[in-house]
Amino acid sequence: MSPNGIDLTEIEQDALAEIANMGVSRAANSLRQMVGEQVLLSVPSVQIVTRLAASKLVERNDAKRLVAVQQSFEGPFDGRALLIFPEAHSLELVRSIVGNEHSLDDVIDLEQEALAETGNIILNGCLATIANMLHRTMRMSLPSIVRGDGAILFGSDTSAEQFVLFLYIDFNIKKRDVRGFIALLMDLPSIAALKEIVNDYVNSIQKQSPSHVG
Amino acid sequence: MQYNVLVVDDSKLARMVMASAFRRIRPEWTLVETANADEALAAVSTKKIDIALIDFNMPDTDGLELVAKIHKTHPGMPVAVVSANVQDEIIGRARELNAGFIPKPLTDDALAAFLSGAALRLKKVAT
Repeated sequence: MSPNGIDLTEIEQDALAEIANMGVSRAANSLRQMVGEQVLLSVPSVQIVTRLAASKLVERNDAKRLVAVQQSFEGPFDGRALLIFPEAHSLELVRSIVGNEHSLDDVIDLEQEALAETGNIILNGCLATIANMLHRTMRMSLPSIVRGDGAILFGSDTSAEQFVLFLYIDFNIKKRDVRGFIALLMDLPSIAALKEIVNDYVNSIQKQSPSHVG
Repeated sequence: MQYNVLVVDDSKLARMVMASAFRRIRPEWTLVETANADEALAAVSTKKIDIALIDFNMPDTDGLELVAKIHKTHPGMPVAVVSANVQDEIIGRARELNAGFIPKPLTDDALAAFLSGAALRLKKVAT
């Protein structure tokens, strides 16, 4: 039992990882089309952790300064989806999307807009795949850009001990010095709702409903 | 003709989805479920396996590496990589390894099409 009173069963953990994996893998293909290089993905991680612990997971060694494109989603469960990378990689990501022929000044000018658009395509792709699989509708906000350390990204400066469901997958773009995370973050009330939906989904597969299950 | 099909996926949910699809499409075929490459290679060497369906994104050995290993000892076995990772490189590498590609989320149609082709290939080899 985790200290917060909500725990994931083995099959819930497995199902969330697989569903997130499908969402992110589909989204990675959109990123691949944009940058023209293969995008490598890690296996997904699903954890219920404090906001503080989540923020530490995305701060790796040298990279405490992060940039994230984030979108909130609302529906049967609410949360935030984030595309996160070290700030040092941000311009290289933009450059790999807009092409090498642009000057550094152009790339800097384009940065905000290019990041928002990239995040929008990737995060929408990921969430849409998840929503379709679970047969639910989710509303997505417009993307916004956040800069800072993990604490600022995940709000752990004000509520460090609050537990969240944290799903993340590392990505890196082959042949480019760009790596980062795609992460989903959900609060406790949403975890309970999500557990129920995931269990319905698992049961529908076990019952071998004649309709298409996924 | 009934076949024995090896399913390799680290996700139990994904194996359940696969088993559910088989119950609709090929209920008479037998599934052998494994959760990683080591288990899969053990199954291939000790059991009669006709067809293999392999997830791509798994810890340690990925699905494409596993296809290459299985084809070393069983060059004619119809094999498909099953993944939501539909990037050109993944599909291209599957093709180079003479493996099919079935996208996730899995649909009955995509699975049925691959299995029909695999059954035909196995029949040709047998005659």
